[in-house]
Amino acid sequence: MESNQIIILAIITTSLATFISRFMGALTSEKVSVNSKIFQWFNCVAYSTLAALLGRMIIFPAGVLADSYLLIRILVLVICIIIFIVTKKNLVLPTIVSAILLSILNSI
Amino acid sequence: MINQKVFFQGIKSLKGSRSPAIPLAACFIALGALLKDAGFNLQQSAASSLFTYALPGQLVMAESLLVGASLVNIFIAVWLVNFRLYPMTVSLFPLLEHKSQPKWKYYLSCHFLAVTSWLIAKDGYKKIDKRHRIDFWIGIGIGTWSTAIVMTMVGYLTADYLNKDMLIGLAIVNPVYFFCMMIGAMKNLSISLAVVVGTILGPLIYLVSAEWALLFAGLIGGTVAFLFGEKNGK
Repeated sequence: MESNQIIILAIITTSLATFISRFMGALTSEKVSVNSKIFQWFNCVAYSTLAALLGRMIIFPAGVLADSYLLIRILVLVICIIIFIVTKKNLVLPTIVSAILLSILNSI
Repeated sequence: MINQKVFFQGIKSLKGSRSPAIPLAACFIALGALLKDAGFNLQQSAASSLFTYALPGQLVMAESLLVGASLVNIFIAVWLVNFRLYPMTVSLFPLLEHKSQPKWKYYLSCHFLAVTSWLIAKDGYKKIDKRHRIDFWIGIGIGTWSTAIVMTMVGYLTADYLNKDMLIGLAIVNPVYFFCMMIGAMKNLSISLAVVVGTILGPLIYLVSAEWALLFAGLIGGTVAFLFGEKNGK
């Protein structure tokens, strides 16, 4: 197969594999009441899954981030969380600082 | 059909000191550059963000293509990494439900579900009248989704000007943003516990099984947090 076709098929495959979870979620939601225990459970599972993804992104990153040192990544994360808390939950500042800090620390 | 005032309120969540625009831009610029590296053309890169709009899955796709994985393998790997969208949808959509709203709005707008939009919606839905919450969500969705698509193209077009240290810098922005948002969301015991246990279990289970790590970590961490919250009155 030509590489162009493979790429298009990969985009379709990826999009389908992603949309299934979203659509199933929308269907399940019709049967779930906000005040139910099952909703609370889904809420906990969602936050926990998200946290697991983030933990993995920092400790075992995919893509270019894998070429930086683990200790530096953790240092940048901790500094930015402190900035977030000190600035009373400003999100723009810590995100800008994170990019600059990691670029600089990594090039030393 | 759509309440415009609430819809624009959703779009406006891109502005201000809590704006997700910078982290979104950073990670999708990095993605655009990566897709160019993987042999995509500009249209294909934009189409990927248009139709998939879930960064971890797109990263898996690009890396799988680079190592020559089969389509079945890509499907399974992407499904596993993006399965988190299922519990995320179920923990958001019931909050947006209203009898007066047509179902197609929910079925179509579930495509906008991604970590960024989810965190913003969870943070802001209480301020919106129940009747129009789905329109608020559609506003957030259109805003974040279109930012992602445009920035993927920007990343593709500027790839040659970005050196490796810059790309690494861009790649950290998103996890930092997500972590800050999650810390902001830790308002009760069970959510806080879910976040802490998930963060620890995610990388730990990854050592045993890379593909199943998210699913198991989320399930175990979430259930532990739920049970603990039930016992201790949240």
